[in-house]
Amino acid sequence: MSMQQADDILAVAAEWRAAGEQVALATVTQTWGSSPRPAGSQLAVTRSGKMAGSVSGGCIEGAVAEAAMQTLDSGTPQLLDFGITNERAWEVGLACGGKLKVFVEKLA
Amino acid sequence: MTPDTLAALTAARAAKRPVVLATQVPGGAQLLLPAPDAPAPLAEAAARALDRDESGTVTLDGAEWFLNVYNPPMRLIVVGAVHIAQALVPMAAQLGLAVVVVDPRRSFASDERFPNVTVMTDWPDEALDALAPDSRTAVVTLTHDPKLDDPALDRALKSDAFYIGALGSRRTHAARLKRLRELGHSEAAMARIRGPVGLNIEAVTAPEIALSVLAEFVAVRRHSPLADKAETAAAA
Repeated sequence: MSMQQADDILAVAAEWRAAGEQVALATVTQTWGSSPRPAGSQLAVTRSGKMAGSVSGGCIEGAVAEAAMQTLDSGTPQLLDFGITNERAWEVGLACGGKLKVFVEKLA
Repeated sequence: MTPDTLAALTAARAAKRPVVLATQVPGGAQLLLPAPDAPAPLAEAAARALDRDESGTVTLDGAEWFLNVYNPPMRLIVVGAVHIAQALVPMAAQLGLAVVVVDPRRSFASDERFPNVTVMTDWPDEALDALAPDSRTAVVTLTHDPKLDDPALDRALKSDAFYIGALGSRRTHAARLKRLRELGHSEAAMARIRGPVGLNIEAVTAPEIALSVLAEFVAVRRHSPLADKAETAAAA
């Protein structure tokens, strides 16, 4: 990604896919409160475990990567909810106290 | 995302066409906008999102759509292929800006000093006429030489450039404003010029001055209150 801008996750994802990787793309679709990354922020995840970009300050990337593996298996996109009003928050924990939704899709 | 959608999106971005990828959530149906056959409410919402440069979710006819905005990169036109420009250009690229360096002095504007960046050796007024700064363009003059800075600032003031900065001390800037006034620019118009350029972080070295310029650029772009404090001197 030398000539790409550092946060051009889509370009990185496309490169990985062109190289034969299975790639899932996670995108922040909505935020409330003090979420660190705005809507449109993206995280690309490969089956082989590569990651580029971010959807939070780092607190939910693991959970999103896990969901990405499910989406790579099933081909079905998911809309994930993270936040203090959601049960998942107790599992994952959003240190910032924000709330956000993340859409996970397979780069077919 | 289908290969067709990804290819269309990649092509639009390579051609620097502003587009919106609309995704119905949670289903995942996708549409790249603008498109001739798009439903009017969705097309209008996409146009507004592009205008605001802000991705987000809208509900239309009971369906939820995520509108991901892909505007072309903002541009930074740097007038003066000087030492500070050498620090500024790679930092600006890191911020995702498309950078053009303008300097008719070929010994300054060499590929060796500025690898991997577009360099124009035209006179600054001609270069700016060709580059046509728009509302997503920033212009920064760094030469300290009125012969080069003034024509660039004259053209920048006649454009929609959203950020105009001029390196130079307060005294240099006052003299510059006097010359621009003689070219017919009003006080209100000249107030668009940030001079001395940059946020006041007591910058001394070239990279520090570059940082202060880009910090101010971000403050203006993101509507930070810091953008209003720019009168206090930063880079001299």
